[in-house]
This record gives sequence, structure tokens and C-alpha cells, in this order.
Amino acid sequence: MAQKIATREAYGNALAEFGGNERIVVLDADLSKSTKTDTFKKKYPERFFNIGIAEGNLMAVAAGMATCGKIVFASTFAIFAALRACEQIRNSICYPRLNVKIGATHAGISVGEDGASHQPVEDMAIMRALPNMVVISPADAVETKFAVKAAIEYDGPVYLRLGRLSVPVIFDESTYKFEIGKGVTVSDGSDVTIIATGLMLQYAIKAKELLAEEGISARVINIHTVKPIDKDIIIKAAKETGAIVTAEEHNIIGGLGSAVAEVLVENYPVPMKMVGIEDKYGKSGKPDALLKMYGLTAENIAVKAKEALRMKK
Amino acid sequence: MEKQEIKQLQKLATVIRKHIIEQVFNASSGHPGGSLSCTDILTVLYFREMRVDVKNPQWEDRDRFVLSKGHCAPALYAVLAEKGFFPREELVKFRSADSYLEGHPSMRYVPGVDMSTGSLGQGISTAVGMALAGKIDKKDYRVYSILGDGETQEGQVWEACMAAAHYKLDNLTAFLDHNGLQIDGKITDVMSPEPVEEKFKAFGWNVIKIDGHDYVQIIEAIEKAKATKGAPTMVIAETVKGKGVSFMENQAGWHGTAPNKEQRDQAIAELDAFLQRLEVE
Repeated sequence: MAQKIATREAYGNALAEFGGNERIVVLDADLSKSTKTDTFKKKYPERFFNIGIAEGNLMAVAAGMATCGKIVFASTFAIFAALRACEQIRNSICYPRLNVKIGATHAGISVGEDGASHQPVEDMAIMRALPNMVVISPADAVETKFAVKAAIEYDGPVYLRLGRLSVPVIFDESTYKFEIGKGVTVSDGSDVTIIATGLMLQYAIKAKELLAEEGISARVINIHTVKPIDKDIIIKAAKETGAIVTAEEHNIIGGLGSAVAEVLVENYPVPMKMVGIEDKYGKSGKPDALLKMYGLTAENIAVKAKEALRMKK
Repeated sequence: MEKQEIKQLQKLATVIRKHIIEQVFNASSGHPGGSLSCTDILTVLYFREMRVDVKNPQWEDRDRFVLSKGHCAPALYAVLAEKGFFPREELVKFRSADSYLEGHPSMRYVPGVDMSTGSLGQGISTAVGMALAGKIDKKDYRVYSILGDGETQEGQVWEACMAAAHYKLDNLTAFLDHNGLQIDGKITDVMSPEPVEEKFKAFGWNVIKIDGHDYVQIIEAIEKAKATKGAPTMVIAETVKGKGVSFMENQAGWHGTAPNKEQRDQAIAELDAFLQRLEVE
């Protein structure tokens, strides 16, 4: 069994690890123990500021600091970042293209017991639609660490979509290469391609095994940067495998599936299926139970992959 | 304070008011009322107080200004053009597709604009961020902002004020352009934010009340703010919406309406007459 770490945990650790850069400032809205920015706070208390339960103010304060040369990480739950403070992110951060990184934890239904009010299923759709915004949805702790490092080095707004639930470590830190906007081919295959983001990558890998048992060769691609999306890797997969299934812990409207479909429709249309939350709100429950209830499983990815395969001409 | 200096500021402000009228007239849209009410404060800030360098608008040690009531861009643009950040000729292109003078200020396009604003309530938060950054870096620059009184209906203004007092941002001075009017009428009829003085005090700010068209009072308020330690200062400036143009004064209708040719001519004539009076006095 692989080691399990939540991406929010890896986020806090990465902030502390790379926090020696004096330009970095971390802001939170009374959730530092949950977003894990308290890991940074313990190491660099002089560059940590609690803004209180005021997410609109959080984002605009971050913007103001960024105009003074700070690399600002503004953290809260994804629901309050992308939705409550959406317009502040739009007008005060993205429009002037300021150097603010939004560390949005507790994304998706794997938030679990807190229920639908705290489970954003639409945050990627909203953040993806903002000009100048980069949207990154890491799959594991290693990818999160590299994503934080890349976000520090990148000059401009970044939305980091992070999870509460512990997820298996998939990548090997010693060999893993991360580049904003570049997809990762996790394993090759020729009949169908599974494109996954965030915690769905582990199920995509499992789905490949299920399909292999039926003699189907599936390619697995990890898309950590949902925007700007890696068009080349998607078009190549479409050409070489002829069918695609996407997997995301997000509404099927506006997220990874939509982003991939946009690329395919304009460049190389092939049969495609989407695994995601089917335009519904989440609910309270154990994260694993909810993922099953909403069809976010390896089994469902395999079923949809076969559907896409059958649609091939 | 030299009488001559004040007269000089008044002349500048009158030229700026003329630019405001011309911009809004040429664009056939824009916000003259609130631009005219905050003109005197802006004139003092940029021509007497703020440490800025027109040759290096991004100078990191400069004083910052955030127009939280971003719709009053015509006033800010006129001040920046007169200061020399960009050519005065650009003003005639305000709000046109071939100009960088957006309807609301953009820091990415307009030299001298420190923050993009327009969505009410956010500017003051960004000013808090700038002041906080100054504290971290132990810089001595100061941050100024102008808010509308109607703007205080935005809850975010109070979030920002709470944070500014919490972090003891004595390098932040904000002006409340208290002209009493907003688009739909009197602020006290639409949604009263009163009593604003008590509210800002309760939020931990040093509060100074002034006549926002009296240069001595504006200058003294800035000096008092600079001398105040441990708290941000809110200068509640009693102002007249549409100040300087008789038919626009105290009329909510001139919040976001452009004058026609006849009205423009009358406004310019009134402002020219005032300029002449200043010359002969």
C-alpha cells in the first residue's frame, strides 16, 4: 500500500520548505489548521497574516500586497475562494494579473462529512473561465510540492486545487518533472485514453488494470494544469488511441472534461465520455462512500472507457 | 501655509475639473458628480503630499494611491495627466476603444495608476494589502485611498477596516468622500451607512472630520494622519457632489450622466470664470 498524504498537507509542507524566499507571504481566513498554512506560520510567523473570516478582503489584501512585490499565497477552502470571493479574484487579482496564488483546499465531495455547503463541484469551471488564471489540480503529494514550487516561480495568478482527503503517493519525487501546462503520460496504451486530474488519477490507474483484464489497452494521462491545458498531449492521444474518457472530482460541466472536449472538438474529434459529478451537489458522508455514490470509481471509468470504445467507427 | 500655495492648488483643481467635464462630455458617458467632489482632495494628494516619480511610476518607495471609488476615474486621470504621467491629449480619448483610459482605472494600462479598481469595496482592501506590505518591508511609503460614502454599503469596506486597525496600519490614510448621494438618491434614503464617524471609530480608526473642499483642512488632516501612530486614519470629508458646476451640485442625477454640448459649455464657462477670479484676487 502506497503512502497516503492529503494534497493540503503537502501544500503546507511545501510552503514551509520553500518559504525561505523573503518575498513569500501567506494569508489565511481562519482556517490555517485545515488548509495547513499553519505549517508555514510555525516556521515564518513574521510573514503569515490571518485575515479572519473575510474571504473577499483576503483576496483583495493579497492583491494589494502583490502590487508591492510580494508572492502572496491566499488560502481558504475552495468553496469560499472560488465562489464567495470569485469577483475579488476576478477584478483585483486576475484582471490586473497580480502575483497571487490561491491555495484552495477542501475541493470536491471528498471533503466528506461537512456536506454539500462545503463541497465545491464548480470551482474549476469558474476559475478556468477567468482570463489570466492558471488552474492546477495536483494528483498527489509529490505533484503538489512541485506545483507550489512552480507557482512561486511563475509570475501571475494561480489557482491551486487541493484536497482534504489523504490520497496515495503516485509519483517518485526523485524523477518527477513538473511543468505548468504540460500533461504527464503516466502509462502508455493504444485502444483508449483515460485523462484524469486530482485524486481521480489513482482510479484511472486502477481502471487501466481492470480494462487490461478484458484485453483493452488504456493510456493514462495526468492533467495537473487544467488551464492552460496541454493540447498536444490530448490531440496525440486522440490520434493514437481514437477514444477518450476523462475523470475528475468536479461537475462534468466546465471542468477537465469540458476542457478536453474543447480541445478535441476544435482539433481532432473522437468519441469521448466523461466521469465526474453529474451536475449535482454533494452530501455528507465518508469520503470513500461519497466517491462511490457519485460514480467516481475505477469501475465507472472502465465502464465509460468501454462505451467510448464502442463509439469508435 | 502660504496663501499663494493654496491659490495655486485651487487653480490646478479648477483645471482638473475642466478636464473632468471634457472627458465625460467627449465620452458621452462617465461619472462627473463624484469626480468633482473628490477633486480637491486628489489635487492636494498629488500636488502637495505624495512622493511619486512621473519618470518612474513603479518606483518601489513611492507613496501609493488607490481610488476605491473607481468610477471617479476622470478625476484621477486628469490629476495624473496634469502631474505628467501621460500626455493631457490622451484625456479626450477617455472611454474610447483606442485609448488606455478605461472607464474604471487599470493599473496595467494607465501610467501612475497603482491599482485597478471599479468594483466597490475592493480598493480599500488592496490599500490595506499595500500598507501591510510596507510594514513587513519596513518601508516609509504611505498609502492613500478615497472611498465613496455609498461605497460603505459594501460589507467588504468594513472587513478591510477591521483588518487595517487589527494590523495597526498607521501608514494608511483613507478619505471618505461624504457627498451624501449615490445613483438612486440620498445615501440615507437608499441604505443609510450613518453614523459613519462612530462606525469608523468603533472599527479602531483615527477619525478626522473636515470640509473636503477646504485646502487648509485637507492639508492639516493629512499631517495629523501622519503623526498618528498605531492606527489608520479615516478623513471624513464633507463634500458637494458636482462641486464647481452650479447645475451639477448636490444632484444625484449627475452621478453617472454626461453633459450635452450646451451643459458642457456652461460648465466650462463657470469653471473658466472661477479661474479668472482666482487670477485677479
